[in-house]
Amino acid sequence: MTTSVKSAPVARRPKRKWTYYILPVYTWAVLLYLCLPIFVMILFGFNNTKGRYNITFQGFTLKWYKELFAIGGLTDALKNSLTIAVLATIISVAIGGALGMALGRYRFRGKGGVSLVVFAQIATPELVLGTSLLSLFLTLNIPRGYWTILLAHIMFCIPFVAVTVQARVAGLDGSLREAALDLGATPMVAFRKVTLPMIMPGILAGALLSFALSIDDFVTTSFNAGQTVTFPLWVYGSSRLGIPAQVNVMGTLIFLFGVILAAYSILAGRRKKN
Amino acid sequence: MSRALPDDDVRISPLRQRLGRLTGYWLALPGGLWLAIFFVIPMVYLLSLSLMTGDFINGFSQTFHVSTYWHTISLYHDQFVRSIIYAIIVTLLTIVLAYPMAYWIAMRGGRHKSTYLLIILLPFFVSFVIRTLQWQFILADNGFVLGTLKHLHLVGSDFHLLATPVAVICGLTYNYLPFMVLPLYVSIERLDPRLMEAANDLYASKLQALLRIVLPLTVPGIFAGVLMTFVPVASDFVNAQLLGGAKTTMIGNVIYTLYLTNNDYPAASALSFTLMGALLIGIFAYARALGTKDVMEAAAL
Repeated sequence: MTTSVKSAPVARRPKRKWTYYILPVYTWAVLLYLCLPIFVMILFGFNNTKGRYNITFQGFTLKWYKELFAIGGLTDALKNSLTIAVLATIISVAIGGALGMALGRYRFRGKGGVSLVVFAQIATPELVLGTSLLSLFLTLNIPRGYWTILLAHIMFCIPFVAVTVQARVAGLDGSLREAALDLGATPMVAFRKVTLPMIMPGILAGALLSFALSIDDFVTTSFNAGQTVTFPLWVYGSSRLGIPAQVNVMGTLIFLFGVILAAYSILAGRRKKN
Repeated sequence: MSRALPDDDVRISPLRQRLGRLTGYWLALPGGLWLAIFFVIPMVYLLSLSLMTGDFINGFSQTFHVSTYWHTISLYHDQFVRSIIYAIIVTLLTIVLAYPMAYWIAMRGGRHKSTYLLIILLPFFVSFVIRTLQWQFILADNGFVLGTLKHLHLVGSDFHLLATPVAVICGLTYNYLPFMVLPLYVSIERLDPRLMEAANDLYASKLQALLRIVLPLTVPGIFAGVLMTFVPVASDFVNAQLLGGAKTTMIGNVIYTLYLTNNDYPAASALSFTLMGALLIGIFAYARALGTKDVMEAAAL
């Protein structure tokens, strides 16, 4: 046990009553509640069910991992989701990153208007984003499908990338770039060698966010998908018939991929600090 | 390229300078255009489509027919009111659930703060639809919650949760809780700990310190959290679809069906536009009530 002379917080320790533990226990209970559906999802990916219904646990099996791609429609949907997420991430990082740079560092006419649009887009409910885009496509008779989903995803990712990059750029020390320019670097070189490495964490965070938003999106996509099916749309569509265990397996794999990426970026950030 | 002013004192050529002054424009242009074409202009089309008349087979034409609005609002006002009520209940529930937790993590989390935050974000690595479906399964009539309770005869055998408002509100609260915890956490974490010490020195009880110092200073965080939960909850339709029944239909479900099943585009866009207008008015009224300074702080979070 601790000695009780050094400082006030230590001296208080022996007085801890049971009430001290209410908040930590409560916090852990809520954290468990937040993670409960994840446990259920992972567990039922190992469930040895016979039919399409995956409701009661009937024993451990790895067969769904072996037959991961046995359902053609589901595999195609996952492929669509993955390619759309990758394309949407690349394009929205390029466009949104530039927008974030412009908002964070440069002065231009209409800047206030652009930031207002960015803020309004983030605040607008997804339902309205989806239905207004659908109204545009309906009125102009544009057929909906893979490409309209991609357009929509880039649209809702741009503001998030712009905001993260802007925050990063605004916190930068501008004199470093000026020093590079004084030492004879062209603006392009100064950008590549000085600015880009410094705003990289913001760009990476924006990219992670875009990928997560895109691969998970249901609402906007459902209005603008036409006959094209993405992973969340397929799952939603088959919810009435019973969800095959492959959905749990794919959900588990996507979950692990996301967690590993996030953990890696946190650890990389920590290493840099040390 | 020839320089307009061959002056050695000017380190950067005027052409460069001019291009440099335009950098902001060309950096902002692609993003600004994309948002204009696929976010701002569609809003105009949403309004325009809501004023059209016609049907799916013969096509729609612009007639500036405003009565679609009164007609659809009177037809679906139950769902409208229900969405707002659910959103209020869910927002209050998330504040009550999230505040103690955010407080504890911010004040006593120590060096594990980022671990707790990562756990709060874990659900986002699972698709929204799959998460909600897991609740369908957890709350099912013979699932492991109700099945066990029924087995122990704690509830009647015909007791059910799915297709009731309770299930929908549970699902919504679950899905939007992280959006409340995070802004609350940020605003509590930014508090100066000396304020609490001062309160303690001046003989405030812990409860008084909480009510008179911590709570008022974290109003911007509560504001941000309310915005981030109320708006999406009021327009959500996935939870009502997967966990609810005929009596829990929300306005989002109506809009979804009108667009994609009934092809009644004017009615659907009129409802959509009304929903957006109602939420905007709500946000502005709320911002006015709280004062602009707090709103700017909340927006900066």
